[in-house]
Amino acid sequence: MDPLFNTGLSPSVVTVVLIKTLIVFAFLLIATMLMVWFERKLIGDMQNRIGPNRAGPWGILQTLADGIKLFFKEPMVPERADKLIFRVAPYLSFVPAFLTFSIVPIGGIFAPGHDGTVSILGHDTYLQLADPPIGILVALACSSIAVYGVMLAGWSSGSKYPLLGSVRASAQMVSYEAALGLATVTVVLTAGTLSTHGIVAQQAGAGPGDILPNWTILITGFVPFFIFFLAGTAEIERPPFDLLEAEQELVAGFNTEYSGIRFALFYLASFMNTITTSGIVVTLFLGGPAGPLLFGPDWIWPLIWFFGKVFVFLFIFVWFRATLPRYRYDQLMDLGWKVMIPLALGWMLIVAAIRIASDRGWNLVLVVAIGGTTLVIAAALLGAARRTAGQRREEELQPEGTTS
Amino acid sequence: MGYFEGFGVTFRKLLHGGDAGRVVTVEYPKKKRAKAIRLHGRHVLNKYEDGMEKCIGCELCAGVCPARCIYVRGKDNPADDPVSPGERYGFVYEINYLRCIHCDLCVEACPTEAITETKLFEFSFTNRQDAIYTKTELVVDDDGKPQQLPWEDWREGEDVHTSAWMRATAPSGAAEFEGRVSWAGELGYGVREPESGQMVDIPEVTADQQADDPEQQVLHGVDAQTHGNIDPHGHPLSVDAEVASE
Repeated sequence: MDPLFNTGLSPSVVTVVLIKTLIVFAFLLIATMLMVWFERKLIGDMQNRIGPNRAGPWGILQTLADGIKLFFKEPMVPERADKLIFRVAPYLSFVPAFLTFSIVPIGGIFAPGHDGTVSILGHDTYLQLADPPIGILVALACSSIAVYGVMLAGWSSGSKYPLLGSVRASAQMVSYEAALGLATVTVVLTAGTLSTHGIVAQQAGAGPGDILPNWTILITGFVPFFIFFLAGTAEIERPPFDLLEAEQELVAGFNTEYSGIRFALFYLASFMNTITTSGIVVTLFLGGPAGPLLFGPDWIWPLIWFFGKVFVFLFIFVWFRATLPRYRYDQLMDLGWKVMIPLALGWMLIVAAIRIASDRGWNLVLVVAIGGTTLVIAAALLGAARRTAGQRREEELQPEGTTS
Repeated sequence: MGYFEGFGVTFRKLLHGGDAGRVVTVEYPKKKRAKAIRLHGRHVLNKYEDGMEKCIGCELCAGVCPARCIYVRGKDNPADDPVSPGERYGFVYEINYLRCIHCDLCVEACPTEAITETKLFEFSFTNRQDAIYTKTELVVDDDGKPQQLPWEDWREGEDVHTSAWMRATAPSGAAEFEGRVSWAGELGYGVREPESGQMVDIPEVTADQQADDPEQQVLHGVDAQTHGNIDPHGHPLSVDAEVASE
């Protein structure tokens, strides 16, 4: 729990919370604005173009100009839409995007002897908006609620393509949430806590070999990180998993009928989710703000480390978009259900076995060998089952009188 | 490298390295691309070197125009102060650019090469009256250059080749000119070498080749005729006779 509330509620405590809320709110809005600009500029560079360059220096105010334009545009509600739900849906998408970031620690010195507390107005507190005991589950819950925003938007539009888009979206988000959750379980297993602050504190200090950092990505052996990152990409519908708004097939997917400020909310939410997911990945796997304190004031380095790490992921997200073509729907479902979920589950079991083995003093090599062999056999069986099922399906599809 | 090669491709483009990373965007209002050599822009009414207008008011351009955008009225030249070398001159000449499709049929129909198309197309008038270019706006200045109107965007050098004249069909009914292209030369402005694929394509004919290749001989003969038909000042011969018969 945040030490801010140890002394009970007082006006100054409320003030601190208000200040933090305002800062996070303003920061997220500005960061989203810059992210939109950054993405358009970078993808322009990667496609031999220039990108936005008219509004402000290097076009940095382009998002602001777009926002102002969208704000003054007429928001249309289709005649056959379910009017109330149509109006509410953008907020169901927008609010979770904001909420998720509240559990991300963005600063504070995490090192042996420091637990990341800072002092604001004479109160010790963490540099994150909230540190609930359920911690990372808030992020999973918010991403589940975001499904409603997308699904209801498409459903209430009273139109074909939005409905198709939202059906795809809900199936995709529900599928990948399982892989996302299983990768998170691995992290929680190693950290021993759900609290994001606790997970970051766990990763501070020296790790394997006293040279490498004690980051979860190394402790859990990379696989959960890749699963979480890819499932997160699918969860926020970034390319190459953006087939709920596949322009070539679905016009714009679930937000086809949206215009004006309601469209802007969806747009904002999708870019905010990109930042938030990067923040969550950094928190869970890459030690969040933890890192060496170099020259200058100590308090600035955690911020630099955190934003530097987040920036790397934002870059990778844009790089993905510039490079990869979109997945087909069956490929997406195959990857989610037949590869990522079994892999995440198996890896989680191995990590759990290693935890128990080290607690009980069992032979680690033997445990890993037995666990690994079991998983390889399971993977082979799963592969055989998939092949057999695929062959059966193809035989059923053969027209009568022909043989394959 | 397989799957990951694509990431390398996009990253190299990001660094703008080599020709693959070259930015292909042309920042249009600031910079302009070179225009195509046969671009059809707005028209000009050309003059001879002595300041005489080439237009003889014959209305062939108006007659051939598929969009009906040209309006011409001819008038007898004043005896003491003639406007054109012929008997008559065009005293009203209007082109409506809201209708013009820039097909260049008027240019081909013109017996005196009076009307040609420039490479200028960037004009944005804001009312119908401005869209109708009258004779005062269409006629070139004393150097043979088009006039720049307030709503036109063109810069130094973009007005060259205004008098380019493409002879795609047979002028004066001479079948040898069928499919041949040449450029008119008024006031020395816009005169240029023939395009590749026209006269350049005709191979140099040596003496012994000439003897045993009759087809080459014919082509060579036509080449000579093309040059002979237009005098150095660009005055097409036998124009006066046609006008007189009108």
